[in-house]
Amino acid sequence: MAGKTMVEKILARGAGREEVSPGELINVKVDLALGNDITAPVAIKEFNRLGVKEVFDPDKIALVPDHFTPNRDLAAAEQAKVLREFSRYHRIKHYYEVGRMGVEHALLPEQGLIWPGQIVIGADSHSCTYGALGAFATGVGSTDLAAAMALGEAWFRVPSTLQFIYRGVLPPWVGGKDLILYTIGQIGVEGARYRAMELCGEAVEALSMDGRLTMTNMAIEAGGKCGYIQPDRVTEEYLDGRVEHPYQPVYSDPEALYEEVYAFDVSNLEPQVAFPHSPANSRPVGEASGIEIDQVVIGSCTNGRLEDLKVAAQILQGHEVHPRVRLIVIPATQLIYRQALEEGLLEIFVKAGAAVSTPTCGPCLGGHMGVLAAGEKALATTNRNFIGRMGHPESKVYLSGPAVAAASAVTGTITHPGEVV
Amino acid sequence: MTITGKVWILQDDVDTDLIIPARYLSSTKPEKLAAHCLEGICPRFPLEVAPGDLIVAGKNFGCGSSREHAPLAIKGAGISCVIARSFARIFYRNAINTGLPILECTAELSQLLTPGEELTVDLEQGLIEDRQGRRYQAMPFPPFMQQIINDGGLIEHVRKRLDLPAR
Ligand code: SF4
Repeated sequence: MAGKTMVEKILARGAGREEVSPGELINVKVDLALGNDITAPVAIKEFNRLGVKEVFDPDKIALVPDHFTPNRDLAAAEQAKVLREFSRYHRIKHYYEVGRMGVEHALLPEQGLIWPGQIVIGADSHSCTYGALGAFATGVGSTDLAAAMALGEAWFRVPSTLQFIYRGVLPPWVGGKDLILYTIGQIGVEGARYRAMELCGEAVEALSMDGRLTMTNMAIEAGGKCGYIQPDRVTEEYLDGRVEHPYQPVYSDPEALYEEVYAFDVSNLEPQVAFPHSPANSRPVGEASGIEIDQVVIGSCTNGRLEDLKVAAQILQGHEVHPRVRLIVIPATQLIYRQALEEGLLEIFVKAGAAVSTPTCGPCLGGHMGVLAAGEKALATTNRNFIGRMGHPESKVYLSGPAVAAASAVTGTITHPGEVV
Repeated sequence: MTITGKVWILQDDVDTDLIIPARYLSSTKPEKLAAHCLEGICPRFPLEVAPGDLIVAGKNFGCGSSREHAPLAIKGAGISCVIARSFARIFYRNAINTGLPILECTAELSQLLTPGEELTVDLEQGLIEDRQGRRYQAMPFPPFMQQIINDGGLIEHVRKRLDLPAR
């Protein structure tokens, strides 16, 4: 038997098969199905159209109203209501109300809903985030979610796998976001289309779980079906006391077949900035230095975790946000918000002149809480800088990690963190 | 099924934020979404698109978010088929699941064709023919996907499997 990758093994288990190979079309059992206030209303409509009376398992569905909440307008309120009522009616265990809610891809791992070997589908493209915990997780559409809520199954083509090996020790102020922006810059927005991305090597092993989640979060930005990191000590420590469900970690065989192997030495990597209008337009921060910005957003499912806020606070401490800049900080979940409060991070942000928001996707997708006007430029720790993503089609978004974002909020231009601290 | 329609030409990496910006996602009605479809890169599109028109695009069409509002908006605009060199994977499955006809064709159609010219497409055969009689072959769908397409989308497909009455 030829060697198999982690994803091939997990999908074989889900399909009830001895083994599966890239290219095969299979039906798998789903361990968790996710929807949000934008995608779930469409799924619920389709689910009802199907005429099935009950969901396959109310404990294996997560519904998170995080995009346009706290309800930004009447239409958003109606959509959130659809989720709420469906969740009550079907006794959905993992429904999170505003005030306990968080951005889904930060929330689910934090709440212990994700574990190694699991198969997760989410009607949200960044569902690939969960691969950081050794799960197979991928984004699907609302109709897929509807079918999964009814059947507990989804269809997939088994992806081939690309391996990315990161060698070396990361320099100061360089983290998971810089690694993944650099990678997308190297392979392009469709460099991993239809494929799984296995991320490994000592630089990845040295990352905290927060940094790893940032990396797998953006697998979709390279077109990947999923991104994953094999479970190790960091994974175990993260899961310990968080996940009650028994799990069996799955690893790639040493002789597994990869479609391609990329090796990067990242010892001298500079913090990265992706220029408009593509996450693949990443360049060293030095090439962006001096670009004036109107707004900085620190948050989202990519970089709104505690570690990100700590890095930002470390830079902002004792500084003020540049008079021309609006800094918006959004802790990704209620728990992160509370921890940031208890650790004094929120005070640093507020004193520096930042607007701190309750958890929401908000400006990340141009929803609310910081939509851009024509001609405005933002630097954001989010994951997409497509045309019009954060507002007007003539606005521009640059992407970076939290360190560059915080430093730039202080100077008003895109800046290397080393220049501020 | 054979369709004939006027062609709208788009380039590589047309993302879902361009197809339908997030600010319009508080609606799920195809006709409402269609009113803003592709307005960011092609303001004329929502105003001038006619039922039966086709979209011809480059690589990686539909990259970005999982929003099914993207195929819905395109369907709502009356587009009969999207032909691209390649599709981003979530858009690809969303199109199949929701019954928006798509074809993957490796020819550089977005370079070879002129905007507004008429194109004839045989959906089952994946055969595309332009006004000058040039023919291009699209990639066939695996039987499993063809089944979902023939059933009229994933919901109908599941209903058949569960032996539920059609609605
Ligand atoms: S934070 Fe942004 S990328 Fe993440 S789920 Fe929300 S809208 Fe999507």
